Amino acid sequence: MANAELSCGRRFLSVNEILERHQHRPERLVAVLQEVQEVYRYLPEEVLQYVATGMGLSPAKVFGVATFYENFSLEPKGKFVIRCCDGTACHVHSSEAILTAIRERLGLAEGQTTTPDLMFTLETVACLGACALAPVVTINGEVYGEATPDEIVAIIDQLAGGKEHGEN
Amino acid sequence: MATMIVNGREIEINGEKNILEVIRKAGIDLPTFCYHSELSVYGACRMCMVEDDKGRLYAACVQPPAAGMKIYTNTERLLHHRRMILELILSNHNRDCTTCEKNGSCRLQELALRLGIRDVRFTQKKTAGSVDVGPALVHDQSKCILCGDCVRMCDEIQGVGVLGFAYRGSQMTVVPAFGKKMSEVACVNCGQCAAVCPTGALTVKSDVDRVWTALHDKSKKVVVQVAPAVRVAFSEAFDQEPGTIGTGQLVAALRRIGFDRVYDTCFTADLTVQEEYHEFAERLRTDGHLPLFTSCCPAWVKFAEQFYPEYLDNISTCRSPQGMFGAIAKAYLPKELDVAREDLYVVSIMPCTAKKFEAQRHELGQNGVLDVDAVLTTQEIAQMVREANLNFDKLPAEAFDLPFGMATGAGMIFGVTGGVAEAVLRTAARAVDGKTPPVEFKAVRGLESLKEAAIKLGDQEIKVAVVHGLSQAKALIEAIKKGECSYHLVEVMACPGGCVGGGGQPLPNNAEHRELRAQGLYNIDQQRELRCSDDNPMIERLYRQYLGQPGSEKAEELLHTTYASRRRISGEEVAVEPAKDAKTKIRVCVGTSCYLKGAYDVLKSFQESIKECACSEEFDLGATFCLEHCNGGPNVQINDEYFGEMTPSKARELVQKLAVERD
Repeated sequence: MANAELSCGRRFLSVNEILERHQHRPERLVAVLQEVQEVYRYLPEEVLQYVATGMGLSPAKVFGVATFYENFSLEPKGKFVIRCCDGTACHVHSSEAILTAIRERLGLAEGQTTTPDLMFTLETVACLGACALAPVVTINGEVYGEATPDEIVAIIDQLAGGKEHGEN
Repeated sequence: MATMIVNGREIEINGEKNILEVIRKAGIDLPTFCYHSELSVYGACRMCMVEDDKGRLYAACVQPPAAGMKIYTNTERLLHHRRMILELILSNHNRDCTTCEKNGSCRLQELALRLGIRDVRFTQKKTAGSVDVGPALVHDQSKCILCGDCVRMCDEIQGVGVLGFAYRGSQMTVVPAFGKKMSEVACVNCGQCAAVCPTGALTVKSDVDRVWTALHDKSKKVVVQVAPAVRVAFSEAFDQEPGTIGTGQLVAALRRIGFDRVYDTCFTADLTVQEEYHEFAERLRTDGHLPLFTSCCPAWVKFAEQFYPEYLDNISTCRSPQGMFGAIAKAYLPKELDVAREDLYVVSIMPCTAKKFEAQRHELGQNGVLDVDAVLTTQEIAQMVREANLNFDKLPAEAFDLPFGMATGAGMIFGVTGGVAEAVLRTAARAVDGKTPPVEFKAVRGLESLKEAAIKLGDQEIKVAVVHGLSQAKALIEAIKKGECSYHLVEVMACPGGCVGGGGQPLPNNAEHRELRAQGLYNIDQQRELRCSDDNPMIERLYRQYLGQPGSEKAEELLHTTYASRRRISGEEVAVEPAKDAKTKIRVCVGTSCYLKGAYDVLKSFQESIKECACSEEFDLGATFCLEHCNGGPNVQINDEYFGEMTPSKARELVQKLAVERD
């Protein structure tokens, strides 16, 4: 996720480095896709085609693996990926309220997960394995335990402001 | 001899790989959807569940037999489970049976009937959705039961692998990569997926209505050609044994349906032999591109255009017999039948779905008008016979029309793997001393996936290879590339068994049927008085009156064609150094052929040298998948110009030169 702002050229070189590192071996496909997703934040179709070419696999096979795992995304993701846990422990600790607050703050319609400016992606997860901290939210891997709607919205404001600041 | 007990009866085990085969040997036709002896075992449909004496359940297709095993196939529990499994499959299937293309030949329908399913207790999960209509095949996902037969056929037998499972659990579907259409991926239209599909999920695209329209158009003269393999399979659609020779009835049916002339594709198969032998002899004499690959199979030709562009010069330039017929018909029949060229409508009856795609190739036409107007498969012509309410049993045997209805035995065997090679060898043997009687070349016959023969012709030994199934072709070409083997002549047919097993043949289209149809063609050949293409008097007349010699200018124009590399999959380019409004757009091909020749290093060199130059914003750099110029790769396109055999240093020079020009 840290590589999020790489240039197109740099990203393309990274894909090649990844293929080299895994010696183009078909059995390493899942690992390759994970690393490619780190670089692009999602798996663009044309890059998957390039991976298929580089590994000597049919595009249909690569597509099959990429769509099998929940963790791979074929849709572009935001710069910040917010994962809101809605597992049993979090749910009973009102994770629903946090979700609603985030949706409202980001203006996400039903079924929409990423903001049009590609800044934020909101996902729900069944369990982050940190039930003692419920309700839990992670933003780009950073864990926020015993979260409240206000707290998370404030962090989002801060991150969004950083963008505006960065643009000025 | 080891034995096992099936339903209390002792059955011998003779090296069967699974207990399903032992059980079927015992006369019990255990139902299956996902088991095909020529494909890998998948064990997904669970229809073949059996129980042992300890109450353990097995899927018979994946369980190896063991001596002393006691197996039951119809216990109360099994009957209950089998019905339940089928009901679950049915609940996940769009059951619009009465209007389905597969109505009457559907395995799912047949088993629902056999198991007496009269009610599906589960809610209907799949209803009609969007259907992908390709050039030859129709893909309807709402009818898919996820048996994976098409996926394994396309990957294991055809080596193409355009279909795959995608998504998971209840969302799982069988689709081409990225959910693209069949026409946007490397599908060669062989139709073997439709031949193994137990439901209506993959079917042959029907052109029946287009042909009826032409037949009812009074201004049109409609002529038809019939491919060799159709005549030994057509009768199967009317409950005759596979391999029954139904030529006479088929011709009679075609006349009754309303075709103005009924001709034989075997005639142009004889013509193909003349042209192909001439080409072969020329290449031998002049040390031209060898081995010579045959070009009759359109699925193989598309496969080569996509996967082996470096061998396109090795493929015979001869059009397929269908293509030759179309060209000859459009050139000479208007005068003969007293009809304007645009009012002559040419229909082909083929065992093959890829012929539908072939007929649409713009090379096989003149001034944008295609030589063959419509292609029907054996399945479709049987359908037309039914629609015309013709009683098959009462059809007399009739003969083809002349002049294009006369053919030799050599033309007949084009429909079976090894047949084209044998037909060419017969002519080659004749050419050696001018009088050799037609010989049978048994070494190229049979259903083994690869057949090899070394044949002495005069003082030269000709090495021939015959393959069927495109994964076999792939393996053979890789071996040739590595120098492990070499040949003068290679015959490739995409479908198992050759055209007799084509994707448009009546169902079931399995190994047993293919073998009997092949035998049917050899029987026709044996009964012929004329068995060498050279002896066809009508071919001789065609050359005398119109074409001159094999390989003449006229023959080149009408009977030969060209091939071009073809990209495998549609899609976007990869942006590498994008720049809006840049004057120079550079696209480096990273398709497989170029990639293997070092396209990546070229791309990297472009990238570095663009960064180094002063006006980097003038360049827009991207990677593209196949510029369809595969032969001289790695290829680069700069604005509208193509550059082949690119190297990193040439790339650097180009950028420096362009940068100076821009200044």
